[in-house]
This record gives sequence, structure tokens and C-alpha cells, in this order.
Amino acid sequence: MTLTAANKPPRKKNSYNPAKTKKLLALTSMAAPGAIWLIMLRYLPMAGIIIAFQDYKVYPKGPSLLNNIIHSKFVGLDNFKFLFSSTDSWIMIRNTVGYNLVFIALGLVISVAFAILLFELPRKRIAKTYQTVMFFPYFLSWVVVSYFLFAFLSPDKGLINMTQKAAWTGEGVFRGTQWYSTTGPWPYILTFANVWKNTGYTAILYLATITGIDFSQYEAARIDGANRWQQMKYVTLPNIKPMITILLIMNLGKIFNADFGLFYSLRMGSGALNSVTQVIDTYVYAALINTRGNLGMTTAAGLFQNVVGFIFLMSANAVVRKIDPDNALF
Amino acid sequence: MTTAISKRKPKDLTHVSLKTEALFHVILGGFCLACVIPFIFVIIISFTAEESIRTIGFSFTPTIWSLESYRYVFSWGDQLWRSYLNSFIITVGGTILSVLICVLYSYTLFRRDFKLRKFFIFFSFFTMMFGGGLAPTYMVSKNILGLNNNYWAMIVPMLVNPFLFIVMRTFFQTTIPDALIESASIDGAGEYRTLFQIIVPISKPGIATIALLTALAYWNEWFIPMLYVSNANLIPLQYLLMKMQNQIDFLAKNSAMIGADAVNILAQTPRENLRMALVVFIVLPIACAYPFFQRYIVSGLTIGSVKG
Repeated sequence: MTLTAANKPPRKKNSYNPAKTKKLLALTSMAAPGAIWLIMLRYLPMAGIIIAFQDYKVYPKGPSLLNNIIHSKFVGLDNFKFLFSSTDSWIMIRNTVGYNLVFIALGLVISVAFAILLFELPRKRIAKTYQTVMFFPYFLSWVVVSYFLFAFLSPDKGLINMTQKAAWTGEGVFRGTQWYSTTGPWPYILTFANVWKNTGYTAILYLATITGIDFSQYEAARIDGANRWQQMKYVTLPNIKPMITILLIMNLGKIFNADFGLFYSLRMGSGALNSVTQVIDTYVYAALINTRGNLGMTTAAGLFQNVVGFIFLMSANAVVRKIDPDNALF
Repeated sequence: MTTAISKRKPKDLTHVSLKTEALFHVILGGFCLACVIPFIFVIIISFTAEESIRTIGFSFTPTIWSLESYRYVFSWGDQLWRSYLNSFIITVGGTILSVLICVLYSYTLFRRDFKLRKFFIFFSFFTMMFGGGLAPTYMVSKNILGLNNNYWAMIVPMLVNPFLFIVMRTFFQTTIPDALIESASIDGAGEYRTLFQIIVPISKPGIATIALLTALAYWNEWFIPMLYVSNANLIPLQYLLMKMQNQIDFLAKNSAMIGADAVNILAQTPRENLRMALVVFIVLPIACAYPFFQRYIVSGLTIGSVKG
């Protein structure tokens, strides 16, 4: 474009240029399908946030979404008050944030450790195989994983209970753990499942960053007499710090959003596990499909997630920018 | 650990010792085993005879092997094949549309001479940080956009993923020199011709990456069908499997009730090995293609997150 412009005599700044207009139109039309989708499925629902401040009622004379919204009463922050006043909501918020914190911390430590181990392995082909195998669970859906788990935990047929039963020498009939109605082990099961499914992916992200490190840095460290451990500490870790920061910021932005599939499907529909599997996302879903569910409160819960997540993302980024501007996300 | 060893052999700074390496293999190998064993276990169960399951439960060494679950799957016919077909229709249709939209949109984000570029970048990335939430999205989709009990309801909600826009744009930025577009425009090629005849052919690896990621997302999706579709003729395989989960719950809750109804439901509920056979049916296409596409996905994901 610059070349063509240079060949032509200079134009006045605001003069009409058909070629430029044509280009602008063509490129805009390319972005149009995606933009229309974003308007319909992302921006239009943002307007629906209004429901969070309403006592949403179906308008009997002409029930449509727009009519319902227009004719519903505004109740200010009442929906939020209700949302936070019940004990159920305390449980779901505790679960959402608690699990997320554990997942973030464990995920970080384990995947960085695995990435370093993979990088340090002298036999690269075996390392490649490990990497491939480890990545596999990431491509499975939580429903599939729930059946994997069921094979081990099923109370009357699962591997764990049946193995215990086979070794049972006590008196009476063996009664194994009723896994799907005992809440105790589930925080560990869910954490394990999350690590199992996602470590491969994050480890690969870190590994890609490590392999991208300029090798001369390691050579320089070696000349200074650094051993393997010191090389890791003074070369590898500082180099993956930006990646750690980026993933940390993004995860903090999602701290009030739970992985719906993990909490909804692994429990195999058992209501007895509610106190350890109820998170904001499963609550919103349950309220949504229930025809008697309170849409105002459901929307309020979603809005709360988004606003708090947005604030977390922004503040995490601001803090990072203050300490170390190079590592900030934006 | 490594410190102690390197004290003994201070000169070897480039390699880990054999002992350390063995430990690495135990840790990584152990985790890798944990990653594949459940799938192998499920395959074994799907080949186990119902009788063996009744006596010793799920086992790595069943007393009786059998093909009965697969025979049953094939004779069960309608619902299974329909769901399989639905999964394919949704995956193929969704992937084609989604990739088309993604390539078009991210190409405009890549063109530095596009006046609205900054606006469109913000327009898509803002939705990654903030949204209306599930409830309003559901209401708008179902009531205004008519995404209710049809194929579109399972395709449209997943058409756009701003993260893939970043991946694709970064891919364009790293592979396509600006001079190429300049020369195409000097030659008088229109924007669409430049994109589809010059840019797309040299961007095949990048397009393959986003196509694979999208296809996997569609193939694995069960939440969207669960939300928008109730017609049994339309549901994909993943949601079928999800629904079977709830049947267990129903039986567990009503195990005390031994009426004609319960017996009826028991008779209709597919047996354990059959369900595991369905799991195998879902995972098998992924597991077979996985070693080949894995490379593309790794490159795509690392591009998107490292440079995005």
C-alpha cells in the first residue's frame, strides 16, 4: 500500500479515495460474521444483566423476554442480598474459591515441576513420549472421565470396593465405602481429577517456554560453575516467571468461575455430595433449568462472578505492572 | 539431591546422574501410567461378560471375556447411531463454520493497515474478560435467537472463541511478511482473493491447529446440548452418556421401591459393560487421531498463550 501511494502524486488529506474505501469495506465485511456473533451472543446478553436488579416475572399478556423485562419491577440490590443471606450460598462460594485456590497452587507447582523434569531428561525421545501421554486426558470430556472414575468407585462393582471385598476376612457381610454418598474423600478426588486432566496441558506450556530459553544462558552458567540445580534456580525459573505470572493473572480472573463439568458430572448425579460439589456454576445451572427458579437471583450470581473476576484480573495485572512491568498481561 | 551428586562429580554439569534420572522416570512414568490406565480399564470392562461383572465386579482380569456389549451396541441401533451421526454433523458443520469465521476475523486483526483493527481487537478480547453470564446468555439464545431443540442450538453457541482469534492472528504475524500483502495489492488482487488464494494456502498448519481445537471442543461438548436440546433424535453421543449417568442416580434413589416400574426401568437401563463400550466409542476417534494431531495442537496452544 505504501508503495502504491508513493508512486502516485500526493493527495489532499481528506480527499475521497475509492481504493481505500473499498479495502476498508472488504476488511470490515470479513470481520462482520464474527462481530455479529459477538453482538448476538456476548454483547446482547450483557444487556440482560438488568434482570439481576429486577423481580423478574413473566408478563402474562405477551410473554416474551423483552416484554417480561419491561414489565418487571426493579428491586435494586435485593437479589444480591438474598443470594448472600442463605447458608447455601456461603457453601457454594467457599467451594468455588477454595477449590480454585487449591487448583491454582497445586497446578502451578506440579506443572512447573513436570516441565523441568521433562526438560532435564537426557533421553529426549522418552521425554517426548511422556509429554504425549500426559497430554491425553486434556482431550477427554468430564463425562468420559466420570465413567473412568466410576469404574474405580462404583459401590457394588468398582475396583476399590471389590478389591477390598476380596481381601475381606472380617465377620459379616462386607460393606464397602459408599463413594457416591460419602462427602469426606471428594475434595481429594476432585483435586486429583483436576490435576490429572490439566497438568499435561500446563506442563507443555511451561516446557515450550523452557525450550525457548537461549542456550547460551546455560553455557554461561556452567562456565561460572553452576550445577544442574543452580542452573534450574538461576536460569530456568527466572525465564519462566513471565509465563507463570500470565497464567496466574488469568486464573485469578476466573477465581469465582468453576469448571462446571468437573463438579457437575463426576459425582454421577448424586445429590448427597452437594455440600462438597456445589459451586456457583452448578447453582446457576440448577436454578436456570428449574422452571420455578429465580431468574433474577441466577443472573445476579452470574453478574457477581463476572464483576469480581474482572476486578481480580485488573488488580492482579495492576499489581504485577507495579512490581515488574514486563510481566503484566496488558 | 542433584547438589549432593554434583559435589562428587563436579565436572559433569550438563547431565543429571543416573540415580536422579531414574527418579525422574518413576515420577513422570507413574503419572503417565495414571493417565492411560483408566482408559485401558474401561476398554477391558467393555469386553467383560455381564456375568463376570456380577460376580467379581470391574476387574483388570475378568473371569469371562465377551463381545456381548458390542453386539448389544450394534443391535441397539437407532439411538446410538443417531447420536453418533449427530455428533459427526455437529462436529463437522461447527468446525467448518467456526474456522471460516475465525480465519476471516483474525485476518483483519492481523492487517496493520486496517483502520478498524484496534476496535475489532478490543471488541473480541473484551468478551474474554467480561460477559453477561450464563443466565442472560441462555435467555437470549433460547428466546430471541431461537436456539432451541435444533442443530443450530448445538453449533452456534460455540462458533466463536476469541482465544483462537489470538492464536490465528499470532500465526499470521509470524508466518506472513507484510510485503506479500503489499505485492498482492499492487497486482490488483481484491482482499478476498488475497486471503483465500495467497494467505490461506501458506497458513495451512495454523488453520489445522484451530480446526483441530474446534473439532475437539465440539466432539466433547455435552453442556450446550444439555442446556438447549431435549429432543432425543438430536442429542449427540456425549450427552447420551451424560443422560445415562442420571439413570444410575434414579435407580440408586429408588432401589427400595420394587414395583413393576422399577423392574421395567432396570430392564431398560443399559448394563455396565454397555455404557463402558459407549465410552470407548467416544474416546476411540480421539485416541486414534491423537498421536497425529497432538503436534499441531501443542504448537497452536503455545503460540496462543505465550505470545497472546
